[in-house]
Amino acid sequence: MPLPPGKSEIEVMRHYQYLASRNFGLDTGMYPLGSCTMKYNPRVNEDLCRLEGFTALHPAQPIATAQGALRLMYELAADLAEITGFAATTLAPAAGAHGEYTALMMFRAALEARGDARQTVIIPDTAHGTNPATVALCGYKTITVASNENGTIDLDALREVLDTDVAALMLTNPNTLGLFEPDIGKITAMAHDVGAFAYCDGANLNALMGITRIAEAGFDALHINLHKTFAAPHGGGGPGAGPVCVTSELAPYLPTPVVALREENYVFETPAHTIGRVRSWYGNFSVLVRAYAYLKALGAEGLREVSEQAIISANYVRTQLRDAFDMPYDRPCMHEFVLSGTRQKKESGVRTLDIAKRLLDYGFHPPTVYFPLIVDECMMIEPTETEPLKTLDAFIEAMRAIATEASSNPAMLHAAPQTLPVRRLDETAAARDVVVADLPATNPS
Amino acid sequence: MATSTHPDDRLYTSDHEWVKIEDDTARVGITEFAQEQLGDIVYIELPDEGASLSAGEPFGEVESVKSVSELFMPGDGVVVEVNTALEETPDLINSDPYGEGWIARIKFSDLALDELLDTPAYCELCEA
Amino acid sequence: MSRLDYRSITDEQRAVQLNAIGVASCNELIADIPSEIRLHEALAIEGGMDEIALVCHVGELAAENKQLVCFAGGGCYDHHIPAFIDHIVRRPEFFTAYTPYQPEASQGTLQAIYEYQTAMCRLTAMAVSNASMYDGATALAEAALMAVRHARGKRPVVVAAETLNPQYLEVLTTYAQSGLMQTHVASIEKMCAIGTDSADGVVDSDTVAAILIGYPNYYGIYENVAKVVESAHAIGALAIVCANPLLLALGESPGVLGADIVCGEAQCFGSPMSFGGPGLGYLCATERLMRLMPGRIVGRTCDADGADGFVLTLATREQHIRREKATSNICSNHALNALAAGAYLTFHGADGLAAVAQRCVEGARSLYERLIATDSFAPFNISSVDTDEASVRSYEFAVRYTGPGSLAELYDTLVVQGILPGIVVADDVLLVAVTERRNAAELDRFVEGVNRYAASAR
Repeated sequence: MPLPPGKSEIEVMRHYQYLASRNFGLDTGMYPLGSCTMKYNPRVNEDLCRLEGFTALHPAQPIATAQGALRLMYELAADLAEITGFAATTLAPAAGAHGEYTALMMFRAALEARGDARQTVIIPDTAHGTNPATVALCGYKTITVASNENGTIDLDALREVLDTDVAALMLTNPNTLGLFEPDIGKITAMAHDVGAFAYCDGANLNALMGITRIAEAGFDALHINLHKTFAAPHGGGGPGAGPVCVTSELAPYLPTPVVALREENYVFETPAHTIGRVRSWYGNFSVLVRAYAYLKALGAEGLREVSEQAIISANYVRTQLRDAFDMPYDRPCMHEFVLSGTRQKKESGVRTLDIAKRLLDYGFHPPTVYFPLIVDECMMIEPTETEPLKTLDAFIEAMRAIATEASSNPAMLHAAPQTLPVRRLDETAAARDVVVADLPATNPS
Repeated sequence: MATSTHPDDRLYTSDHEWVKIEDDTARVGITEFAQEQLGDIVYIELPDEGASLSAGEPFGEVESVKSVSELFMPGDGVVVEVNTALEETPDLINSDPYGEGWIARIKFSDLALDELLDTPAYCELCEA
Repeated sequence: MSRLDYRSITDEQRAVQLNAIGVASCNELIADIPSEIRLHEALAIEGGMDEIALVCHVGELAAENKQLVCFAGGGCYDHHIPAFIDHIVRRPEFFTAYTPYQPEASQGTLQAIYEYQTAMCRLTAMAVSNASMYDGATALAEAALMAVRHARGKRPVVVAAETLNPQYLEVLTTYAQSGLMQTHVASIEKMCAIGTDSADGVVDSDTVAAILIGYPNYYGIYENVAKVVESAHAIGALAIVCANPLLLALGESPGVLGADIVCGEAQCFGSPMSFGGPGLGYLCATERLMRLMPGRIVGRTCDADGADGFVLTLATREQHIRREKATSNICSNHALNALAAGAYLTFHGADGLAAVAQRCVEGARSLYERLIATDSFAPFNISSVDTDEASVRSYEFAVRYTGPGSLAELYDTLVVQGILPGIVVADDVLLVAVTERRNAAELDRFVEGVNRYAASAR
């Protein structure tokens, strides 16, 4: 069945105007999705990445004619290494999960070079789903280690699973409860003691810039989500970029190519023991331009201010909500924290999903819900440094009002949202009778 | 929790599956408790008829919108028949887990009956 | 002007916040960070620009890049992007939104992606499309893994045509280092012989999960895909076709030829070259392979009032639910590029798309003939290629330099003249792409440049 006939420009524009009116973006309202770092996307960066000197650049043109692009990549890679304390950076990975993949394949290559192929990777039970999925994609088996009552790594449990078959330990730090691992140096040393690598999922780097360089905690590699910490837009799901920073020991294994500076010229080089290519060309360049512009705007002082404000605003919201909701880890957090809707579920049958949908009626995007998996009826809240105090206060008010409504009018919460373009959608029907394209009925092949 | 509804004409596993012996084969399915935990079931991956599987091996998967549960063989055996009605109407598992929602008929070559739970023992497990 | 600062909270407001928290400073909140790893000096990051300085600085970097008249392709093409596309992409409701996990607040993104999926299914003649992959190379690698998964570990080998994009083959090799699959690169001739007596010991046909072929191949040549699909099916393997989706407007759809998975690069649909990224990986499959697909998929449903709506569906395949048993680790994809592609395809429709493709192919045919006529270039033939037609059917072609001097020198000469003549794929072989953006005057400049160089080098 061919494509339908084309449409006039005005028809297309009106259609997408209609679709845009049915979407909630960051400019619509606060978007406190935990571990997603939904900070403001500066408009100047949108302009800069669209300069014709960047967009009209073919990746195969001679590098002598693309020195500006290579210089930008070189400086961005160096700045990311400086922020995190690592020795070298690849800008190739297209997303965080792709960065995880790249790093684990480098571990694999480094271990095989030692003649020490291994089978497993340890992750904590608070890990994002991409971690175990990446482990599998790299041909390893996942060992999950439980968190302790403080929400951080249980050292005894870790000791029990660490052996010489472990290729790596993958940690998000601060973790998805918004807590910095206080024993981090000990943890990475334990991994190193059995010959394993320590990997940091950098999804939560927004809490650390200028405060600590995570390499100094003993990590061997980390990925950075430029679409989180460095203000590149999420694009309704992507594209992002997931550069990986590594120690000097791992630098020879970086994917090809990397940018180097040789006698005042920027060049592409292939690292000595490269794992090869992980994608076509060099990276999601227009996302790199946005991140570069963000860095050059903020500078060292601005970056530190970003992380400090992210931490202060998260703690502010946390302390203002502590009476209205259960707080499973009631202590200072980094840039995000978790709440639990257990009390509401027990008292009035209102679930976290209902609270999330009701927030939409108040004009807020809901937080990340039902994650991390170890917290019952979890809500994970990350306000980010760019939200005004007035907006934080309005969010706090809305959350408190919903907590009250949960007891006074649970039916309304079950029926939320009421003010959006659609009511609650039937996901069960979508999964039972799958329709993923408008096509005439055919016989399944 | 509707634990009182677990029928006493069959045995149970700690993975919330039931096994009902019928002459030389046994019918297997998932329990009322399991279907309630999973929620609306949208898809089931059935084993191949004739597949020979050993105890503890996965023989299929039951999916709801946001979770997946593997089915584990309660003993060594050969899959004799699968409930093809579930391909079109997987929600039979929700509406009638002990009847029309049965999953497979298996000819067990080795089934450790003493490791399975009787109805009171299973009810106790669900309440724990 | 002071440096850019995207925070909203003033010093006074920060004091209010700290007071409400009950601490004197941020330092009290980060006590968990061991003092020995605290940073006490400032980061060595140059920056702190105001907007004027920033625009000037980044503008200078952009200006250091030379804009060339682009005859290069290799998976990244200089197509025209209708001006309105970027106006859609720049709508903040779309580009500042997160992944549409809250469907009630994301109907715009969801419907746009659903429309993209529909268009891709129609172009490829497949039943299912996912919501996008990173690029053509990773889409092909994931397609290969999908085939191996389909064979449930019993067939670990994928046989890839040697004429596929070399970068894609490299990525495939990287992905095979995990041990999850084995790759075997072969000529089309050998691929078609697998499982027959003349197989020449290539590979055991019982171990092959899939055969991978380009459509057209890296050199712009249409190899006999129907025959390859047939040989794949004859040995119980899947046929994976890596297709330029723009050219599907002119030729037979891979689905019609029997392909099981169709994937590739769709940057041609409304995404700028942008030094090679972000592109748009696409991945389509038959219905029976739907639950093995990687990545997000949008499905149709209705809301509590029965109104039409869209949601992410079949999520149990994905990492956030199935974790280590997920079909892939992909989370962020290239949704905004897919949205642009959807708008591009909606605007052009079947006829408009065919017209764009036709104009590209005609340009390529014309340049090919003119280059051969210079006597400095000869047709490039890969001995093993099984093609049913000699003329240029794609908008990319390879030619062998037979003139005086060297291709490298000719290439440099043309670059100095502002022309990027293509990609040098071997010492004397040039891969040339001609899109609808290339006009007659630019083709003239290319050909004249070749003639001038040849005359001077003689």
